[in-house]
Amino acid sequence: MTKQSLVSVRDLHIGAITDSGREVEIIKGVNFEIAPGEIVALIGESGSGKTTIALSLMGHARPGCSIHAGTIRLGEHDVTAMSERRRADIRGTEVSYVPQSAAAAFNPSKRIMDQVIEVTAIHNLPNRSGAEARAVELFRALALPSPETIGQRYPHQVSGGQLQRLSAAMALIGDPKLVIFDEPTTALDVTTQIEVLRAFRSVMEKSDMAGVYVTHDLAVVAQIADRIIVLKGGEIQEEGTTEQIVNAPRHPYTKELLAAFDPVPHEAIATADGPDRAPLLEVDRLSAGYGSMRGGEPTAKILDDISFTLERGRNLGVVGESGSGKSTLARAIAGILPPYRGEVLVNGVALPASLGQRSKEQLRQAQIVFQLADTALNPAQPIETILGRPLTFYHGIKGRAREKRVIELLDMVQLPAALRHRLPMELSGGQKQRVNLARALGAEPQLILCDEITSALDTVVAAAILELLKELQRELSLSYMFISHDLSTVEAICDDVLVMYKGEIVERLPAATMSTEAQHPYSKLLVSSVPKLDTGWLAGLEQDPELIARFANR
Amino acid sequence: MKAVSRPSRSGDPATPPRRAGYSFNWVGRIGLGVILFWGLVAIFGPALAPYPPGEIVDWDYFSPMSADYWLGTDYLGRDMFSRILMGARYTVGIALVAVTLACTGGVVLGMVAAVIGGWFDMILSRLLDAFNGIPSLLFGLVAVAAVGSSIPVLVLTLAAIYLPGSYRFARALAVNINTMDFVTVARARGEGTPYLIAREIFPNILGPVLADLGLRFVFIVLVLSGLSFLGLGVQPPNADWGALVRENIEGLSLGAPAVIFPSITIATLTISVNMFIDNLPTKIRDRS
Repeated sequence: MTKQSLVSVRDLHIGAITDSGREVEIIKGVNFEIAPGEIVALIGESGSGKTTIALSLMGHARPGCSIHAGTIRLGEHDVTAMSERRRADIRGTEVSYVPQSAAAAFNPSKRIMDQVIEVTAIHNLPNRSGAEARAVELFRALALPSPETIGQRYPHQVSGGQLQRLSAAMALIGDPKLVIFDEPTTALDVTTQIEVLRAFRSVMEKSDMAGVYVTHDLAVVAQIADRIIVLKGGEIQEEGTTEQIVNAPRHPYTKELLAAFDPVPHEAIATADGPDRAPLLEVDRLSAGYGSMRGGEPTAKILDDISFTLERGRNLGVVGESGSGKSTLARAIAGILPPYRGEVLVNGVALPASLGQRSKEQLRQAQIVFQLADTALNPAQPIETILGRPLTFYHGIKGRAREKRVIELLDMVQLPAALRHRLPMELSGGQKQRVNLARALGAEPQLILCDEITSALDTVVAAAILELLKELQRELSLSYMFISHDLSTVEAICDDVLVMYKGEIVERLPAATMSTEAQHPYSKLLVSSVPKLDTGWLAGLEQDPELIARFANR
Repeated sequence: MKAVSRPSRSGDPATPPRRAGYSFNWVGRIGLGVILFWGLVAIFGPALAPYPPGEIVDWDYFSPMSADYWLGTDYLGRDMFSRILMGARYTVGIALVAVTLACTGGVVLGMVAAVIGGWFDMILSRLLDAFNGIPSLLFGLVAVAAVGSSIPVLVLTLAAIYLPGSYRFARALAVNINTMDFVTVARARGEGTPYLIAREIFPNILGPVLADLGLRFVFIVLVLSGLSFLGLGVQPPNADWGALVRENIEGLSLGAPAVIFPSITIATLTISVNMFIDNLPTKIRDRS
């Protein structure tokens, strides 16, 4: 090696103690090096140990975890051999950390500037005004609006994307040699994510700091990292330059990750109905909102005048950023949030607005599946009870017939029958989402409202769920209304896409040609903001600044 | 993924349901043992008492422990052992029934308020808040003075005093559970309030509710002894354990066992109730 590496990790083993007191090894002998000024991405699904490794570079292990063996060298410091006090000394000045949730990392009751320059106070660096000048410089470099005064605001007075950039400023102020980014854009909207990524990139390019970027999103990594380390189960699967990993992966797991990224185009299933039948779902001038009613309208209006139809056997995607009203639309259709104006028609029959007035039969036709499988399953009930209830409730099936049908349902979602005796907490995230789906299928619905059902899952698991949805559609002639912020997911399963912005539908597009045919400026912005698996994508991306000013909540 | 999860059907229905995890640890077992012991004493104790609890059997008051009087005698020369056996029936019985009533009522109302919400919740909450503003001993005093002291009146009064607190606690827990997606799913399915309360919410607040019940049990023992001290509780010559402590308090400076033993019995009961509640099987405790 010609030049001395900045970080070298040798044979790292990290262990953890589980709730039942058993000791498990979560990092099993990891070796890698980081050169000065280089950005290395740690990529893998949840539980692969990527955050654990990143934190260990600061000498930190989360509660219950401990570094068992191996050495971590950072510059001239041997992090593993240091006392906790000495480690505290290097944090902030040698190595620093940008957390996933900036909102949780800032103290809501202190001004931003005080928190950003706190590092200098902790390390007894004199000269507060010098530190503030440096902070303003960083704010400018991170493309924050009004860099001179933004430090005087409180965290709730800036947007999520701005706060994430401010937390990067907090990490960079001590001039560290290494910055650890822990999924810093995962919680952001795509249009916001671009600006944050750009800011990170330009700052890192100008300085000679090295970076570790932890994420599960290959497309994001392709924009920012020089090298990628692919992790699974606490072991390195593949290591290589970004170009090589993205374009010519060698390891089967990397290939699988990349394949999950490539949407398989969806083909509409043939419908047996004649053209004279009413559409499965028709929404007519629907308006809904939250809060107390004043003069027939709620104080917080979310949905405004929504109209669309969904034909039998077709899938409708609903895309938009957080706050666009996608989930509220699903809730209004399901009757959980009664709309104050407009109608929902299923098979040409208008449904009453509120749940209480709908008949069992009407409720049965449309089932809703939520994003977070953890909270959507009652932790006190075994799977059998969870799946059995809709059977008894809608169809009056009891006893052995019910058990037989529960096994059938589990089989439909490709889960073993023995799983029915378990409690939800004993299942993995993907299994829980399958159970969730099976419960909806138990009602034998014609329409399933899927509210971000793959968003909380790892790419590979999410791809398997999408496959399952397609298979179920072929077998049971279902229709899905598929809500997601992820355009590639929608592309993979839907025939048509509704683009929502601030509670209104701005455009309806065929899913397959969404990226080329988008007409409305917001749809265009949204489509162009989705990161592509191409290392030059961000550098080559040009967006109309006027559009951004109008629609992006940066 | 598919390959792993495809089930093999053969012999599957024979798989026994996994119901392990309902066993107690040893601290919980000790607690349960002591509670059961006092429960048995409450039922059979008075029949085993060597002397009638109200009869003065010794000319010496506050006498020490002896072969005749195992736990000494009280301020009038009555046998303490017999009086403690008799007191178990009042203390354990009244407190147990009252705490069960208070918590059952409070938890059911709390869950109903959380699920129905709106006006119902508001009116019920404010009403019970207002009731909570009345000092508990004062309320007990008025209620017992108005109706006259009897065991059912005592039980109902104590239950009424502790119901609002239990309601508040259960409502706060139920409101949190009520907003979770699995309750929303059940509601979207068309389930009624009774199902939501009994099957979706109650199992998930059971752990904290039982812990609260243990605490309330101790408070009820204390208020009961307070009422007895004022002459409104259990009527002489009978007495509950709290009253036994109060009536023999002067014996403290004489080192009489008459004041020590009722105190110990109260301590063993309240501590064991809390040992039991704190060490419930994890399956019940972790459901919150």
